[in-house]
Amino acid sequence: MEGLASPAFLAALLAGMVTAAVPLLLAGLGEQISEKAGVLNIGLEGMMLFGAYAGFWTAWQSGSFALGFAAGAAAGVATALVMALLCVRLALDQIVVGIGLTLAGEGATALLHHFQLSRSYPRLEAVATWPVPGLADLPVLGRAFFDRSPLVYLAVLLPFAILLVFRRLQFGLNLQAAGDRPAALDAAGVSVTATRTAAVLLTGGLAGLGGAYLSTVGAGLFVPFMTNGAGFIAIVLAMLARGRPLNVLWGALLFGLCLALTTAVQVAGLAVPTDVVQMLPFAAVLVVLVLFGRRAGLPAALGRPYRRGEE
Amino acid sequence: MGSRALAAFGLRFLLPVLAALVVGGLLLLAFGADPIGYYATVVERGLLSPIGLQASVTRSAPLLLIAAGLIVAFRAGLWNLGADGQFLLAAVFVAAVAPPLAGRVPHWLMLPAAFAVGAAVAALWSLVPALLKALEGVNEIVSTLMASFLGVSLANVLIKLPFNDPTTTVPQTATLAVDQRLARFPGTTVHWGVLLGLVAVIAVHLLLERTAFGLRLRVLGENPRAARHVGLPVRRLTVAAFALSAGLIGLAGAVEVLGVQGSLRADWNPAYGLLVVPLVFLARLNGWATIATVLFFAVLMIGGESAARRTGVPTYYLLVQVALMLLAFAAVRAVEARRGRG
Amino acid sequence: MSGAAPAAEPPAVVLKGLTRRFPGVLAADAVSLEIRAGEVHALLGENGAGKSTLIGLLSGLLQPDAGEIRVDGRPVTIASPRAARRLGIGTVHQKLLLVPSLTALENLLLGAPWWRPVDRRGALRRFEALRGLLAAAVPPDVPVGRLALGQQQQVEIMRALWHGERILLLDEPTAMLTPEGVRELAAVIGRLRAQGLAVVLITHKLGEAFDLADRVSVLRRGRVVGALSPAEVATLDRRAATARVIGWMFGRTEAQGGEVPLRPRPPVDRSGPPLLDLRMASVRGEAGEPALRDLSLRLWPGEVVGVAGVDGNGQTQLAEALAGQRPLSGGALILDGRDVSALGVAGRRAAGVRYLTDDRLGEGSVATLPLSLNLLLERIGQPPFWRRGLPQDRPIAENARHLIAAHDVRAPSEATPAGSLSGGNLQKLLLAREADPAARLLILNKPTTGLDLQATRRTRALIRAGGGTAGAALLVVSNELDELLETCDRIAVMEGGRICGIVDAGPGAEAAVGRLMLADRAA
Repeated sequence: MEGLASPAFLAALLAGMVTAAVPLLLAGLGEQISEKAGVLNIGLEGMMLFGAYAGFWTAWQSGSFALGFAAGAAAGVATALVMALLCVRLALDQIVVGIGLTLAGEGATALLHHFQLSRSYPRLEAVATWPVPGLADLPVLGRAFFDRSPLVYLAVLLPFAILLVFRRLQFGLNLQAAGDRPAALDAAGVSVTATRTAAVLLTGGLAGLGGAYLSTVGAGLFVPFMTNGAGFIAIVLAMLARGRPLNVLWGALLFGLCLALTTAVQVAGLAVPTDVVQMLPFAAVLVVLVLFGRRAGLPAALGRPYRRGEE
Repeated sequence: MGSRALAAFGLRFLLPVLAALVVGGLLLLAFGADPIGYYATVVERGLLSPIGLQASVTRSAPLLLIAAGLIVAFRAGLWNLGADGQFLLAAVFVAAVAPPLAGRVPHWLMLPAAFAVGAAVAALWSLVPALLKALEGVNEIVSTLMASFLGVSLANVLIKLPFNDPTTTVPQTATLAVDQRLARFPGTTVHWGVLLGLVAVIAVHLLLERTAFGLRLRVLGENPRAARHVGLPVRRLTVAAFALSAGLIGLAGAVEVLGVQGSLRADWNPAYGLLVVPLVFLARLNGWATIATVLFFAVLMIGGESAARRTGVPTYYLLVQVALMLLAFAAVRAVEARRGRG
Repeated sequence: MSGAAPAAEPPAVVLKGLTRRFPGVLAADAVSLEIRAGEVHALLGENGAGKSTLIGLLSGLLQPDAGEIRVDGRPVTIASPRAARRLGIGTVHQKLLLVPSLTALENLLLGAPWWRPVDRRGALRRFEALRGLLAAAVPPDVPVGRLALGQQQQVEIMRALWHGERILLLDEPTAMLTPEGVRELAAVIGRLRAQGLAVVLITHKLGEAFDLADRVSVLRRGRVVGALSPAEVATLDRRAATARVIGWMFGRTEAQGGEVPLRPRPPVDRSGPPLLDLRMASVRGEAGEPALRDLSLRLWPGEVVGVAGVDGNGQTQLAEALAGQRPLSGGALILDGRDVSALGVAGRRAAGVRYLTDDRLGEGSVATLPLSLNLLLERIGQPPFWRRGLPQDRPIAENARHLIAAHDVRAPSEATPAGSLSGGNLQKLLLAREADPAARLLILNKPTTGLDLQATRRTRALIRAGGGTAGAALLVVSNELDELLETCDRIAVMEGGRICGIVDAGPGAEAAVGRLMLADRAA
């Protein structure tokens, strides 16, 4: 038990927290952008899986993590393209298509793994980190927060960037209008379809990037269904964040902590089955929903496709 | 059915299926597998061989019950995406309760009791999302998904700790003796749980189409604001619909344990919950069509498991097929809507 | 009315033979019009005459099937709202199209290229300029959803002029305004006209057309059936002009409303206890919605009471509170001597309350269900239509056929899904459902919106005769004052969730109501 309070354990726990949080953060921010524009993207899990596989495979073949991340993002965008076509353009039910994309992601990446990776089970080496001079040497906190790969720093800065976009860029106004009153956006001469498509594609890219991080850095390998509900957790994070990007950051860290506890408990040699610890994040969400459920402020036009003249 | 209705049915139903099979086949080609060989094996092993056919029919039992549960929820306008958790928790409790009960109580009493336990556990597990939706308007997609993940983990914990059978090396529950399980049709390996599944789907269909309660659920699903306006007890209906939906899914878990496995081992999750969703949508939430899609899918499953050994195409391919069917169905719907609106 | 600018240059907009069809209806039939700069041109017509279609065609929401539009002499195609703006045409729609969660400034900025940073400083400057021109009192940085309707409309007018548009289309702009608001709008229109803009005013109110416009064109069933030139508008006296317009609109010289001799309503006996006693009722409102505050109202059996007032002052909330759709957060509701405050919709229904909603498609009916079931939505499970939970097809069908015939609902059969009914027929269906002889309190929310003239007259006559009930009290919510004057014994005026006064019907009622609507505006 005394190992639990040791600095080494804490450092490992915090480092694990950040590692687990990054995919949730990226996917969650992406989902928030979609939801702001009025699209409920249930297919996030599928996009993350496609990104995870594409990212891993590219990084493995090319030796470059950066290429892997790019490939992951691209795979996510490609998946999101299907969503944009079916849901935004053709106005089909967003939840039905989202479930389809999730199943497709699970099945296709598992198949790909079987045919391409299951003989060799390749592993990636640890990614190079960019230590922040000075801060990286701090006890406990240094290794967890200031000695990470560049994508982590980018991911943490992303909520602030998105906040700027929401408030300071016309595109941000367009997003908000598309989710709140699409007919008004249309009347202002801006294409609701284009705005929502852009939002969905951004979501795909971020989700794919998150998936790529999960496979290349978080695990260093690809296993079928490895996201294990991360996409759905990201959806929950986005819903609870009530339109504020920073809330997604805090939520992702919280969830990351719960997920990191699973490994930490194993490492500490406690006799608690991992399943119990795995229950923590989901139970936490349910508790939050029970306590604060009513006040999750979602955009009025969420989930409803837009057709001109139909108001 | 007139010829025009038949043609319409063919288009709406067969087209997505065919499209999915063709696109899937192309995917297999890209992987270097032989799609024709694969599908031939699937048909041969899943449908044409007597053992395979029986296995397919047996497999359809829990799927039919889950489908019945989903239809009730979806037609009431509720997204019950928590089927996996409800299914496993029900199965776990049935697996834990049945063996000791079988020793103390006659067989004809043990079975209904076990079924009741399964339905009750699943219905209780749906209570939190149901109340959150009914009382606070919390989106049930999120709450049922979370409850599902929680339920799956909880089921594992229960199997590994309190319900664990100490006599086995692998963590699992105590095994129910074969002669205590659901009886089989003479000369076959199919247990009568299938009948339960068929009856459930048809009963749900009739309930929704031809009873006052079913009409209330449909009004709630088609126009929740109208439901409030005309004085329907929306909160009570929401909870009731969830309970009914989850209860049927719980019966699926019971059928799985009592009919096939006799016990439950840890870390087993067939994830039927999401798999059945496309099947009910393909059938447009109609009971009779659902029976067809579920049986069809069961053949794909059983045939696919056999084909995995023979042709080297893993069972993951099933997920892809089902996803393609759903997306193709969505595309067909888009075309219909376009044409309808002129 | 007032002097118009002389028409020296070519007209700003010319419509020539413009035609547009919808399934089953010719919404615009070879319409030819001229719209001139510095002139206010009113398009006058009944509901369904084709006014909205013309607005749609001019603002880029609709495309014509035939005919041509010329702007400043050049033939153009207005393919989208953006194209309309580029041609200098600004539109203020009847239903305000603002994003509630964005501020006025942000709403006005909507439409700039997406990559540009939000230029609040520059926008504020333009905003101040327009605010001066319109003499508007609108805060630039409050979310628009929290502004009053009149202010929102001012933002809309600003938006229509934001890029220097010179042609302004106003679709039924006074529908949601108080008499004071109408005066303000008239002043704004006058100022714009003086600036040389061409203003097109769509309305169904004669008085408004004469008060505000220089030129009047009359539409009927998609065609221009008559026009009054500026000279005629200026010189003809009101009665003669009205008679001419009525003649065009209805093909006969019968005046509309107020001059048809109505059978006098029987006097209401208020000696006994009231049928409805609403005491100090309070209802919580949602964000941006008015709440009801300490509202008291009494209705006696057989009387018809109207609720007037500008839309959005709590009228619908009152109706919903009476029907049980909104819980009372304070006060009590006594019906027939019984306290029913705690009852929900079903309980109130059992106590005799019926509510004809204005939201016919959104909450009044289920589009996919047949008419026969829609007529029984409030009685699901009850005998003789259901026995032991199972539907009895014969009684259900017969009930439907009887009601459909009695209320003249035009539909192929009682099995037709409600969603395929036209708006007017859907209204008749709902009226058939709610006009129950067993009712004790019948609430009608905007019962004649969207109905053609014949159905409107029929409905008003039915209301005057007691709404098909036997001795019930009727509450009629309407934003058409003439409707209330025609049908009601008393008229209550609502503002800000309160009743600010009740006026007895009779001579002078219209003026009294107008005064009441004005009195609280000063606050």
